[in-house]
Amino acid sequence: MQQLTTTLLTGLTLGAVFSAFALALVMIWRSTRIVNFAQAPMAMVTTYVALVLIDAGASYWVGFVAALLSGFVLGAVIERVVVRHVEGKAELNAVILTLGLFIVLHAAAALVFGSRFRSFPAPFGVRGLTVGDSTIPLTGFGIFTLVSVLVVMGLLVALFRGTDIGLRMRAAAFGPEVARLLGVKVGRMLTLGWALASVVGSLSGLLIAGGGLVHPGYMDSVVVYGFVAAVLGGLESPGGAVVGGLSLGLTLSVVSGYVGSEVVPLAALLVLVVVLLVRPGGLFSTVHERRV
Amino acid sequence: MPDTRPDATAPSGSPLLALEGVTVRFGGIMALSEVGLDVGPGRVLGVIGPNGAGKTTLFNVACGFQRPDEGTITWKGERLDRLRPHDLAGLGIARTLQGLGLFERMTVLDNVTVGADRHGRAGFWSGLLALPRSAREEAALRERAMAALEELGIAHTAPRYPASLPYAVRKKVALARALVAEPELVLLDEPASGLSGEEMDELAGLVRGLTSRMAVMLVEHHMDLVMTVCDDIAVLDFGRLIARGSPDVVREDPAVVAAYLGDDVGQEA
Repeated sequence: MQQLTTTLLTGLTLGAVFSAFALALVMIWRSTRIVNFAQAPMAMVTTYVALVLIDAGASYWVGFVAALLSGFVLGAVIERVVVRHVEGKAELNAVILTLGLFIVLHAAAALVFGSRFRSFPAPFGVRGLTVGDSTIPLTGFGIFTLVSVLVVMGLLVALFRGTDIGLRMRAAAFGPEVARLLGVKVGRMLTLGWALASVVGSLSGLLIAGGGLVHPGYMDSVVVYGFVAAVLGGLESPGGAVVGGLSLGLTLSVVSGYVGSEVVPLAALLVLVVVLLVRPGGLFSTVHERRV
Repeated sequence: MPDTRPDATAPSGSPLLALEGVTVRFGGIMALSEVGLDVGPGRVLGVIGPNGAGKTTLFNVACGFQRPDEGTITWKGERLDRLRPHDLAGLGIARTLQGLGLFERMTVLDNVTVGADRHGRAGFWSGLLALPRSAREEAALRERAMAALEELGIAHTAPRYPASLPYAVRKKVALARALVAEPELVLLDEPASGLSGEEMDELAGLVRGLTSRMAVMLVEHHMDLVMTVCDDIAVLDFGRLIARGSPDVVREDPAVVAAYLGDDVGQEA
């Protein structure tokens, strides 16, 4: 029983981080039809921004906010300067471009921040909470992870569903030509979409780093899990990304707890293959046909 | 060329939108050849012609989708040389599309609210940060969108998704989305296609009703509708303007009869 609780709580926390990362991928896919392979190194760079500030004596929270803000700027700049040129062109161009960005950001981070492992602080305890005389495996940082991901998702839903700017962003994503005719500045909406997605990606970077070690490649494995979570949810649906992330986190945690941690990446790929075979559109996709 | 017609059929003498000597080539093909026409406030201009005559190209020029190789476009006397599609709404020009172009994954009300956006004054950042001022304006935009749906008698469809509605209703949604911006000129691309006779009568009444608030320019195959609702008709054939005038004048024009009506009477889309 104790082990099951541990496994599930770990899975939920892990899943929340995957959800955030998957959500960032989905937001960019929906608006620009681009799978952003550079999402992981973008989040890595912004985590380093926080780390540099914290190491210079700033509080964790200053670093946290600075990372999210730099995520916003980084996302906007990358869309406006680099990605704009491949929007609406052949998919392969965008794939090559974001893979190239992946490599460039990696190398640049190693040059600027060094490639050694550096420890990253956590704002809350990373040890299990004590209830009575037993320790439950939910850490303060775990709770923070869940809450912050939920808050960010709530804010995004409020933005997209409840505000005029969210409406314009959706219009620009669903029908750019028509949106232009209606006076929507589509380019600006796409830039904003990338900026917001990059903020969400930055959050996942901070949450993965918290209480652990940071180096230029520390987010790379999250690409695989975040991508699987996004595909699980259909790549189109923000809600699907969240459910996909949580269910992947739980599945992998169960595999790790009961089978062995060395087969976790294998299990993730197995999930991906099974989903693509059984429901190629993802578990939550409303799209029935897909251009190959 | 200033328009100094003494007859005061138009509420104001000067045209809203004027095209002069507009030429568009696609490779070696002349899609439009030195076409000149204008539409004044409160007027309904119909553009007709056989398939491939250049009607859609003309519309695309008028809304900035297609830049002319030669010629000028003026809006209220000012030249629009670098008109971009997203500038159009701000100028006070709205357009409907043949394919309707409704956002399928947004409700009818959301679809129409996007069109109302020209009236949103809240800035980009206050919208993003959801400041109270922008919240008030968003409520106002929704009210405006709702009013546009009510005007077309489809207020009950507001919470529904376009795919679940009959074609004629979807056309009204697209029209509401164009009208909610309260443009001074609305371009209607084949407004009657796919409508029944009864629906078309309703459309004719609607278009005439618009003239108290705006000018209308429409491309249409349906001759009955064009002859009923238009003040002016421009006839295109192979990219050239072959006739221009009131319905009666155009109907009797020998060039029109030869090029268009003569061969194709009754061949309606």
